[in-house]
Amino acid sequence: MGDLIVLAISCILINNILLAQYLGNCPFLGTSKKMETAVGMAMAVVFVLVMAGVITWITNTYFLQKLGLEYLRTVAFILVIASLVQFVEMFLKKSIPALYAGLGIFLPLITTNCAVMGVCLININEEYNFLQALVASFSYAVGFGLALILFAGVRERILLARVPRPLQDTSIALVTAGILSLTFFAFKGMV
Amino acid sequence: MARSIVQEFTKGLWAEIPPFRLVLGLCPVLAVTKSVENGIGMGVATTFVLVCSNVLVSSLRKVIPAKVRIACYIVIIATFVTVVELVMQAFAYPLFLKLGIFIPLIVVNCIVLGRSEAFASKNGIFRSLLDGLGIGIGFTLSLSALAAVRELLGTGDLTIWETPIQIFGPTFQPFSFMVEAPGAFVALGLMLCLMNLVGKK
Repeated sequence: MGDLIVLAISCILINNILLAQYLGNCPFLGTSKKMETAVGMAMAVVFVLVMAGVITWITNTYFLQKLGLEYLRTVAFILVIASLVQFVEMFLKKSIPALYAGLGIFLPLITTNCAVMGVCLININEEYNFLQALVASFSYAVGFGLALILFAGVRERILLARVPRPLQDTSIALVTAGILSLTFFAFKGMV
Repeated sequence: MARSIVQEFTKGLWAEIPPFRLVLGLCPVLAVTKSVENGIGMGVATTFVLVCSNVLVSSLRKVIPAKVRIACYIVIIATFVTVVELVMQAFAYPLFLKLGIFIPLIVVNCIVLGRSEAFASKNGIFRSLLDGLGIGIGFTLSLSALAAVRELLGTGDLTIWETPIQIFGPTFQPFSFMVEAPGAFVALGLMLCLMNLVGKK
């Protein structure tokens, strides 16, 4: 149990997927202009990432490794993720329309979010067991949401500030992300 | 507006150079630019995938049904990424270890899927080939430039063919900040700013 808590803390803070592992940066910059979209994206990622982490782990352990097809991992994982996203979208549309409306366009975008694919691959490379893979996927997703929402808060303030013209928009956002990443850097050595 | 064949190639080198003009595919840009070697390796791998997937998507553009096109593109891209992965494991194992999960992650690099969707699905094979090659070389150039800045400031050396060359001499105090995650964001942000300054005329 203690190990799992340490794993969770290290996935959320120390190895934060956005700011320390550099995964999922396109949606990080793309959806952080407004708090609303950031919250939507964060929720969608938590939802899909946990499912994708579990399903790809099962695929890898019970199909690819059993059959000696590890070299097909990339193709298999991306197909699993793409169809999972499609399935989740259809399921939510039918049965939980309120949540579907909340997540909106962020669901299809998740297919090409490298955070999802990245975490699935990390789970395999680190040779986590099922429970560890589950905890790690959830914690990485929470870390993604935490960083994204913090960053959206900062960016809303930047809108009010006067920024020199060449630095505007993406440029200042990246520098800000660097400073945010520096604060997360301070968690290194905590565990 | 029809572009000439030459423009199809050169637009990737300046007018639409990723990731500065097309802000896509940032993850590998930030992650592998700790050293110039990694940057070039990643750039070449991405270029190969871009060119091959562009050509295949373009040649199959009349066969692929519109409704499932994204899934088809992803399978095509994933196939070539697997090729790169296996080839690198066989012939460039140290580089493969350094790039780690970022090689399989070329699959979800938005630049590759973006070019298939925005360009190769609408244009002929030869043009798609040039487009892929141009964008790929542009991407490699950006990666190497960013990597050079980071490696130079972060370690004081430039490593080429696994031999470090001291540029600033032994008394230089490296900013180790630059080779860590925060430095990646700041360096990319400032380079983008520089591009905006130069590109404005």
